[in-house]
Amino acid sequence: MSPSELAVQEARSTPNQPRVVNDFSIQVATVNGSGSQTANLVLLRSLLLMGIPVSGKNMFPSNIAGLPTWYTIRASKRGYIGRKKEVDFLVAMNPETAKEDVLTLDAGCAVVYDEPLKLNALRRDLTCYAVPFDKLVAPVCPDAKLRRLVRNMIYDGVLARLLGIEMPLMEQALQKQLGRKAKAVALNLAALEAGWDYAEKHLAKQDPYFIERMNETAGKILIDGNAAAAIGCMMAGVTVVAWYPITPSSSLCESLIGYMKKYRVDKTTGKATFAIVQAEDEIASLGMVIGASWAGARSMTATSGPGMSLMSEFAGLAYYAETPAVIFNVQRVGPSTGLPTRTAQGDVIKAALLSHGDTRHILLIPASVDECYTMAMDAFDLAERFQTPVFVLMDLDLGMNTWTSDPFAYPTRPIDRGKRLTAEKLKALGEWGRYKDVDGDGIPYRTIPGDGLPAYFTRGSGHNAKGQYSERPDDYVDNVDRLARKFETARAHVPAPIVERAAKAKIGIIAYGTSHYAAGESRDQLREEAGVETSYYRLRAYPFTADLPAFIDAHERVYVVEQNRDAQMLELMKMELAPEQVAKLRSVLHYSGLPIDARSISDDLLSQEGFEVAKPTTGRISAGSAGGE
Amino acid sequence: MATPAKVNRIGLEPQVYKGGKTTLCAGCGHNAISERIIEAFYEMGVDPQRVVKLSGIGCSSKSPAYFLGGSHGFNAVHGRMPSVGTGALLANKHLLAIGISGDGDTGAIGIGQFVHLMRRNLPIIYIIEDNGCYGLTKGQFSPTADLGSKLKTGVVNDLPPIDTCALAIELGATFVARSFSGDKKQLLALLKAAIAHRGTVMLDVISPCVTFNDHEGSTKSYAYVKDHDDPLEEVSFIPFFEDINVDYLPGSAQEVAMHDGSKLMLKKLEEDYDPTDRIGALRRLHEAARRGEFATGLIYIEPDRDDFLTLLNVVDEPLATLPLERVRPGKEALEEIMEGLR
Repeated sequence: MSPSELAVQEARSTPNQPRVVNDFSIQVATVNGSGSQTANLVLLRSLLLMGIPVSGKNMFPSNIAGLPTWYTIRASKRGYIGRKKEVDFLVAMNPETAKEDVLTLDAGCAVVYDEPLKLNALRRDLTCYAVPFDKLVAPVCPDAKLRRLVRNMIYDGVLARLLGIEMPLMEQALQKQLGRKAKAVALNLAALEAGWDYAEKHLAKQDPYFIERMNETAGKILIDGNAAAAIGCMMAGVTVVAWYPITPSSSLCESLIGYMKKYRVDKTTGKATFAIVQAEDEIASLGMVIGASWAGARSMTATSGPGMSLMSEFAGLAYYAETPAVIFNVQRVGPSTGLPTRTAQGDVIKAALLSHGDTRHILLIPASVDECYTMAMDAFDLAERFQTPVFVLMDLDLGMNTWTSDPFAYPTRPIDRGKRLTAEKLKALGEWGRYKDVDGDGIPYRTIPGDGLPAYFTRGSGHNAKGQYSERPDDYVDNVDRLARKFETARAHVPAPIVERAAKAKIGIIAYGTSHYAAGESRDQLREEAGVETSYYRLRAYPFTADLPAFIDAHERVYVVEQNRDAQMLELMKMELAPEQVAKLRSVLHYSGLPIDARSISDDLLSQEGFEVAKPTTGRISAGSAGGE
Repeated sequence: MATPAKVNRIGLEPQVYKGGKTTLCAGCGHNAISERIIEAFYEMGVDPQRVVKLSGIGCSSKSPAYFLGGSHGFNAVHGRMPSVGTGALLANKHLLAIGISGDGDTGAIGIGQFVHLMRRNLPIIYIIEDNGCYGLTKGQFSPTADLGSKLKTGVVNDLPPIDTCALAIELGATFVARSFSGDKKQLLALLKAAIAHRGTVMLDVISPCVTFNDHEGSTKSYAYVKDHDDPLEEVSFIPFFEDINVDYLPGSAQEVAMHDGSKLMLKKLEEDYDPTDRIGALRRLHEAARRGEFATGLIYIEPDRDDFLTLLNVVDEPLATLPLERVRPGKEALEEIMEGLR
């Protein structure tokens, strides 16, 4: 041990620090393409196996290999799974960012770092553990070419020892992660053990962070939202899928391909009960979906912001010609190419009003992987019921990060294929018109090619109730007013909000999608730190359901929490709320590309409520690199 | 006693194959094409219930309203008909799809979707009603306008044309033909063969625009096209359901066997032209273009290549109407997935 290291160690040895058990965040800073994802997921799963509520968030660059990437794992005995703003335990593996990563930590944090980086020289108020990764990996991985990939598993072993994660569970997590790849399992197990052994022999535990067994995760699954949505699509009976690769939505369709090949191939004939096409672009993807839906198939696509922009014209066609379509938008940061690998809720207005002319679309907004699964099924039912595009607004945080969940329930509800004309119905009606509002709900009856019922000519140009070309002013007005009526009908059919009313709360909070977790944690902070009680309204769909005005009426001020700059959901609310309700609305906005966190919400809200709020500590982990392309 | 109505082989009268009254200009080549489509589908005895008509935007794309009134139609958005047609066929592989596009709809805004449609060899009859100009927006040049061709206003086109047939052959279409709206016999034979073909049919039909592109100096006027029509062969089509023998002198005709048992008889006008020779076909197109002529007839055919729907290996029934029990995996499947995620 060098003299300087000794000095540092003496300086930060502050005994009697209270133990922090199952309530801290670990940030791992690595280089992408270095196999760190395996090490991170093994760490995440080992905590799950320890029975602790846990969440993992990947902050990665738009790059294949060689750029900085950060992975945050949060253990929370209270079950908070939103991002924690503060980093408590850093694993610094990336020479490029190590200095900044360490300098932005709060005092008292712990750091495991690659020995040659000499990070201990930078700060005296941290607990630093140096690990010679290269020296450790060489004996366990004789093949020099593989060392880069195995090296990261060593920090899992080090953390297991330092934090108290049980090694057999770590090994179990590793087996699960690498499956049947025996050689990879053996190499990584050796690396894991090398890390443990090193920590046991050379590192004296001096930080306050501990993992202890809980019993909060029995039976839980680990899954990302994109895969969850894919399972939902398969269970919804999707038959035609058209897509174009785009981060962060690609893995939705790729997962779907995997599941469909396994579970949707006819066992006797070996033929597929589905068609999945990688289209030439997002325009063609939606065109194929519209054509397939028009011909009666359950059809979907998945995309992100740039794809949404391209789909604009077709979205208007589907709205006006009234063909079903299911579109998953896994939102990323815009505008333009924006931050392709960072999260946002920035396409809310765009999705709600996508296309020219007067258009309105149904939006479903899942907050959890379970809702990705159930709302995928809802989306197909609603698209066919209302003969219109339905957008499922996810985001990168939900779609690409790994979440814990109860296992998904098998669907019990039959699927809704909507208002299809039948021979009997035709007889009862006497005369059929494709766009005639027979039932007063704005929803007409449709036929599909090949069903033997009357054909019609579908068009995006002006048409009357019979589907004939028309430029008559009364035909146009009748038709678009019926479409508005149809949209009104949808209010009662979209997923209702989840509302928690606090008895004496003067303040209401509205959040949606992944903002939910930070909002929930923030409500606890507001109550515990400032004595502020809040009611909560988790919005799950657009059009807004009928109870939204009443929630606003019942509170003096209502904060709408969103992950975009322009308060997009609040703006949509303004379009239909009364002026006195609009006057009560406030915004809490978060749009840095990182998932929203509770601290940011609490500080912003309290400051707007007139509380003195401590200036946010400078720095934190930057989680992003500048420069380079 | 009334004379029995004329019917086709599935017992339907010609009237059934007609559509709404055309709103295109009197004398528009597109109307002649619609008439040939009506005849071809009637004579082939195609059930209109099985047919879907698709189009993009433009004069050409209005025309599906003017034929096969008993079939479903979809007038989509500009240049994007191929994707809508692809979707419809994915949903129901038993449909017979005919797509009507124009030279602007295909060659300009729709070139991307056109390219990928050809690549996939999707079983669709794709017709370009090609007049070298944008009619509905009053006569601007389209990408198939020839170099040096003149607008009514005197503006001369200084860009080379896109040859949609050469492009289609290059990209993988398996039935590529060019015709002229004024050549009833050739167009009808090609349309019938198109119905019999399994794969992408790309049929470029020169169809003069009487209002904006029928003047002296235009290379897509009736007069110019008549003078420069350069037929490769005399095309006759013998459907599988007709027992006809045509005798040709040995070596004077080429017979092409179609997927459904029909036959295309090609009476040779040029000794060495072989429409199954891809490179020869491309060379011949370039030669005609260099001479300022339109090579018409069957330019290229590859009757046996797997079409896109075959490659996807989907079940025999339409995907659109599979019952729930065939498209929702059982409880044990979901349990297996969940177990894998624990």
